[in-house]
Amino acid sequence: MIQTADAVVIGGGVVGAAIAYGLARHDTRVTVLDEGDVAIRSSRVNFGLVWLLGKGDGMPAYGFWTRRSADLWPQFANRLKEETGVDTHYVKSGGLSYCLGEAELETRTEAIRRMRTQAERDPYEARMLDRSELVQMMPRVKFGPDVLGASYGPHDGHVSPLNLLHALHIGLKYRGVDYRPASPALEVTPVHGGFEVRTPQTRISTPKLVLAAGHGITPLARPLGFDVEILAERGQILVTERAAPIALLPANGVRQTAEGTFLIGTTNEDVGYDVSTTPPAGAAMARRAIRVVPALAQLRVVRAWAGLRTLTKDECPVYEQSARYPGAFLATCHSGVTLAAVHANDLAEAIHEGSLGDDLAPFHSRRFHGH
Amino acid sequence: MATERIVVYVEGTPVEVSAHDTAASAALRAGLGHTRTSPITGEKRAPYCMMGVCFECLMVIDGAASRQACMVPVRPGMRIERQHGPRELD
Repeated sequence: MIQTADAVVIGGGVVGAAIAYGLARHDTRVTVLDEGDVAIRSSRVNFGLVWLLGKGDGMPAYGFWTRRSADLWPQFANRLKEETGVDTHYVKSGGLSYCLGEAELETRTEAIRRMRTQAERDPYEARMLDRSELVQMMPRVKFGPDVLGASYGPHDGHVSPLNLLHALHIGLKYRGVDYRPASPALEVTPVHGGFEVRTPQTRISTPKLVLAAGHGITPLARPLGFDVEILAERGQILVTERAAPIALLPANGVRQTAEGTFLIGTTNEDVGYDVSTTPPAGAAMARRAIRVVPALAQLRVVRAWAGLRTLTKDECPVYEQSARYPGAFLATCHSGVTLAAVHANDLAEAIHEGSLGDDLAPFHSRRFHGH
Repeated sequence: MATERIVVYVEGTPVEVSAHDTAASAALRAGLGHTRTSPITGEKRAPYCMMGVCFECLMVIDGAASRQACMVPVRPGMRIERQHGPRELD
């Protein structure tokens, strides 16, 4: 027997779960098909920044979309906590990207200036801070001598990515979504009035389909009329033992979590689907973090891991509806945590209405094909 | 053959232990009860796996915080103390 749903979301990571969570606000029967523990699960290995700094250079629409998500995050985190009881530990703390040495300071100052000229208004409201401003902002932190300044974004923040994923999954249950683990979509076939999705257990018929399976999108996309190349980029992370909070603002390379561990990252490596960690990368990351806050050298590293970012060629998201098979949507990005709020709100709303509209037009993959 | 006995200080109290003990087993011999409190919940914890895996036995040893007491061999005069919550960064 074939089962039915009003919408099927393929992918139960932070992207698929956020979209399904948003879709379920409407009166629709949503099914989420997820893989099991063997999935390449970027949602479980990331750094947990809700981050604007440094994104959208060359694509202002991405900057504004990211800012929109940052604006929605406080309300999103509150709603998740109310509905699920899970605290995502989201804090809109402001975020930093440290400049160690003169060369970095010059490059960063130039990048901030360039962002400002590209966009009529700067969605990040980013600015440069010098060392004395950093010290003033974080009086308890003893910075290393190489810290000359940082770029600062007031809308940036951080969150526990594991709690976020957990909250979304509890939220799916709360909103009546049919979540199915260990149910990969093996094949998707366009049929009259929609699509038929085959899993190892069953077949599901649906008028609406969302591909949000990260690296798992690739084998499903082309038969549905999508032409999107998804690349893997390895990022490594070190985790220290817990320490008492030192009131350090999160930065892209070191942040202290709500529970006291420091996360130290990261790398950008093109090594296919290899998720090994490598001592030289760990050493380089640790050395840099220690140049920022020398006291970190006292802490022991208790865990190290690597994950795979889900990248497109320009590192910006792709959102589109299939021209050949309307009703089939594709959503992919490498900032599923940052964008979770806007995915659950605006993107889910647009998918519900059946049209991605002008705001999302810049994210169509036609930008890669010279149209 | 009798093993050598040495004296260590568990929460300031002298305790005679075997030279083959670890700081964690010395704390257990001393009947210390809990050896740390959780930095998250404040809950009392004590050594569990005794083989360096579970991180339940974190203690302050000779002034150094967050040591895995089960992996630290005792030495004469060692100071073994409870760790209260998370360690501080200097």
